[in-house]
Amino acid sequence: MSDGSGVVVTGFGATTPLGGDVASTWEGMLSGRSGVGTTKAEWTERFDLPVHISAQLAVEPTDVLARVQARRMDRCEQVAVVAAREAWAHAGLGDAPNAEGGSPQVEGERLAIVIGAGIGGAPTLLAQDDLLEEHGLRKVSPLTVPMLMPNGPAAMVSLEWGAKGGVHSPASACATGAEAMVWAYRLLQAGEVDVILAGGAESCIVPITVAGFVQARTLSQRNDDPSKASRPFDTGRDGFVLGEGAGVVVLEREEFAKARGATIHGRLAGVGLTSDAYHITGPDPEGVGQSRAMKAAVRTAGLEPADVGHVNCHATSTVAGDVGETVAIRKALGDHPVLTAPKSALGHLVGGAGAVEGIITMLSLSQGLIPATLNLENLDPGVELDVVAGEPRPTEATAAINNSFGFGGHNASLLFTKV
Amino acid sequence: MADNAEILSGLAEIVEEVAGIDTAEVTSEKSFVDDLDIDSLSMVEIAVQAEDKFGAKIPDDQLAELKTVGDAVDFISKHQ
Repeated sequence: MSDGSGVVVTGFGATTPLGGDVASTWEGMLSGRSGVGTTKAEWTERFDLPVHISAQLAVEPTDVLARVQARRMDRCEQVAVVAAREAWAHAGLGDAPNAEGGSPQVEGERLAIVIGAGIGGAPTLLAQDDLLEEHGLRKVSPLTVPMLMPNGPAAMVSLEWGAKGGVHSPASACATGAEAMVWAYRLLQAGEVDVILAGGAESCIVPITVAGFVQARTLSQRNDDPSKASRPFDTGRDGFVLGEGAGVVVLEREEFAKARGATIHGRLAGVGLTSDAYHITGPDPEGVGQSRAMKAAVRTAGLEPADVGHVNCHATSTVAGDVGETVAIRKALGDHPVLTAPKSALGHLVGGAGAVEGIITMLSLSQGLIPATLNLENLDPGVELDVVAGEPRPTEATAAINNSFGFGGHNASLLFTKV
Repeated sequence: MADNAEILSGLAEIVEEVAGIDTAEVTSEKSFVDDLDIDSLSMVEIAVQAEDKFGAKIPDDQLAELKTVGDAVDFISKHQ
């Protein structure tokens, strides 16, 4: 909508396997870098895990945060705060909170947080359980619960700027980051608050999570060639690559953003959120729920399917998921959208994925360039759509969809438009 | 047995580690809560580390009574 009642994006921040901020992540996407490498950890050998690869952060959050602040946070809380700080500064929302919270730009009671995680504080849970086993109660940190609770990332961010308009934490596995933006959109449309920091965060490259994903037969085992392991839509794909990181956007009511003179980088014009109730991990092969999510995003944006130039796919590089998504896209939008799959470079950031990829989708529109899907050598014949590969492709389209789907049958679609 | 100066200096190092407050700021008359802005969670961590360092166990009901750094030094001195 452009009548002033819409939801606009005024800032974004990220820390990913490609870089410690949005600019370096975007540069990595355009230049075709891979964030995947051999996992820097001793436990892959200790537990004889068949997967030795992952997409670990390019910049350690502990190199960015003050030491005392970092030691009170789980790693997934750390990445949320790092991304949120970049987004807040980018949006020009001013310095630290005043006594009432918020900033000179926005009152604390008109500022909300919607940030979730797919797994959450697994590193803390493991480390503290080890301490309990080895040394007993007195060595367990009193910060254990605030570090492992799933609302921790959102709550930590709320403390940074005194957000008193509500702190919410959706949890929908790999759809979390996108679902956060859906709820933020709805809160802003309802006029509940003026500004929301929305996104997702994850850092769960720990033995039990990797082991669990291995047992579910979902991870790539291409250990000898890490940068080639994540290959959505390619016939040689054998699973996803677990990644870590966070993305946060500043969403505002359009009227509010304009009144304060904010720079508007894009518009979250429509959203769709559906569920499959089909299987706990497997997607519905007919893609009904996914296609309903995309249709809802187009409808709420007041657009037609023909307006959508490209789809930033969820495509994780699993055998079943990638083709199923393209079936859903054709059902919802037709045969014209161009596809790209950023997980080919980023790996799968789980709860952080939808947020980081939403930012990528928006930048594709504003910069007029769709990043290429890496490692696409032999297109799966089941994919009857045009996938950007080789090099970034120029686009003049003004609307694009970002898809994020999660274990549990969650389907979230975000429709961004160019301003 | 550590003397009071050694206990103060050791306690200041723990406070610096847990709460990031410069050791020079951690002086006898300072209140943990009102002057050093240390929350109840950090006080638990400080008490556990102090026990390791000085061998003086601080029970929960006593911990709440230790308002100032000097109170803590005196308690540790008597119970080490």
